[in-house]
Amino acid sequence: MVRAAVALPPVTSTLIWIAVVLFAVGLYLSWTAGRLDRLHARIDASRAALDAQLLRRASVAQELATSGVLDPAASIVLYEATHAARQAEEDHREVAESDLSQALRAVFGELDQVEAVRAAPGGEEAALELAAAVRRVPMARRFHNDSVRAARALRRHRKVRWFRLAGHAPFPMAFEMDDEPPAALADRATN
Amino acid sequence: MRIGIVCPYSWDVPGGVQFHIRDLAEHLIRWGHEVSVLAPADDETPLPPYVVSAGRAVPVPYNGSVARLNFGFLSAARVRRWLHEGTFDVIHIHEPTSPSLGLLACWAAQGPIVATFHTSNPRSRAMIAAYPILQPALEKISARIAVSEYARRTLVEHLGGDAVVIPNGVDVDVFAKAEAKSEWQGGTLGFIGRIDEPRKGLPVLMKALPKILAERPETRLLVAGRGDEEEAVATLPVELRDRVEFLGMVSDEDKARLLRSVDVYVAPNTGGESFGIILVEAMSAGAPVLASDLDAFAQVLNQGGAGELFANEDADALASSALRLLGDPGRRAELQERGSAHVRRFDWSTVGADILSVYETVTDGAASVAADERTGLRARFGLASRD
Repeated sequence: MVRAAVALPPVTSTLIWIAVVLFAVGLYLSWTAGRLDRLHARIDASRAALDAQLLRRASVAQELATSGVLDPAASIVLYEATHAARQAEEDHREVAESDLSQALRAVFGELDQVEAVRAAPGGEEAALELAAAVRRVPMARRFHNDSVRAARALRRHRKVRWFRLAGHAPFPMAFEMDDEPPAALADRATN
Repeated sequence: MRIGIVCPYSWDVPGGVQFHIRDLAEHLIRWGHEVSVLAPADDETPLPPYVVSAGRAVPVPYNGSVARLNFGFLSAARVRRWLHEGTFDVIHIHEPTSPSLGLLACWAAQGPIVATFHTSNPRSRAMIAAYPILQPALEKISARIAVSEYARRTLVEHLGGDAVVIPNGVDVDVFAKAEAKSEWQGGTLGFIGRIDEPRKGLPVLMKALPKILAERPETRLLVAGRGDEEEAVATLPVELRDRVEFLGMVSDEDKARLLRSVDVYVAPNTGGESFGIILVEAMSAGAPVLASDLDAFAQVLNQGGAGELFANEDADALASSALRLLGDPGRRAELQERGSAHVRRFDWSTVGADILSVYETVTDGAASVAADERTGLRARFGLASRD
């Protein structure tokens, strides 16, 4: 129709079509890059939240370990684990945090131990804080790994790889650790 | 904390998701948070002060039944205005995959977004077709909540990723402290749910009833719920029909009193359940529960530890389990005790605190929610000046 009215030479109309297609492709790629950017921001935020929760857990556990409420053996085990978790280098972090989970399970495996902490002065609060911390670590980790998965799925896509839309952002890594909370502290949770 | 909650279904139509949102909002407000709920509602409906109407929902056939949904320019504009005026720290979207307000809000917002997945629909063709459209919206969600392990599994299978499981909440004490009604006591079975919705399972119970009445003729069945009563008893022999008592729609108070009164609460649902809040309510009221062995029910009943399960759709199994329970007060008392201890984890004090920890986890250090400003054309090609 357009050709009949304006009578463009065929070459010009082909060029116009090519320009339109290129423009549309560019728009789509730009939108995808925006999506990816947002996902990377989400990963950064969820990783920061996970770090905060891990640190919080280690701090509460360390306070308990040095408070004298626990018996000496349990105190040493717990202190060792919290110290290692807080000082761990990035590549040993997952192992150190898993060790802390294990130590917490060993120390607070029995309800009696939790009750003993509660009975101590200020212990009620400490027990609540620790219970909240061991519950939030798996939460934060699940949210983080979910964002990593979403970003990976998009980054594996052809359009992202061919046009290098991810730029220099490092390939996102999930945080894998044993975050099973001690049974006596998490008994209200549904399996 | 300033919290925005998005309800996908009409506020004026009663439903599980709506009740859940109402209770959640009221608990959060009681704990001192600022809450605004965006929900579809008719302009004439009186709304609680914390609900903002997103306009009337339009009935559309969707997913095998008629759903009342919100979409289109007008709704999208209202969502944007609500986001803009609310300046929320976090928004909590319910059912983000339903083509209604949830999806619109997900599309229009940026910042910390929490989403709860209530249903565990089998993968539908519409979902597969819509996947490329859904994905960019869903990947904005920073934290996903599933209402049961079963709902989580479906979510992971359909959309990938992961979710934390936080069950639906119940005010346990409201049910535990309700007063029993004497005319509903004495050899009674209870059923609450839509009469004309076969998935709620009343037909299975009706099929089992003659066998129960043959052995214990004094048994009565109390049915509370909307629907055609004539049709419901059509399969029952005429002389047995007076053993079934229809109470119609009951108030929340009467529901609690009914659950408090019956000897056994029966949940013969045949499918389509992702949680089973009614079982939690029954256990809170101290009613021994007999339920079909749907995945979701088995989980709520602690794999049979807190209530009895029978093979789904098997009327004979239902009848023999019901007879065993009716004839064994010791077993009923045991179930009552176990149920009351088990439901504590579904109390709003626990569930609300868990939801709040999710909010706090995602808002840690993040900026507040804002409308997602679309990048202009010129900015996309680097032509606009940076501001």
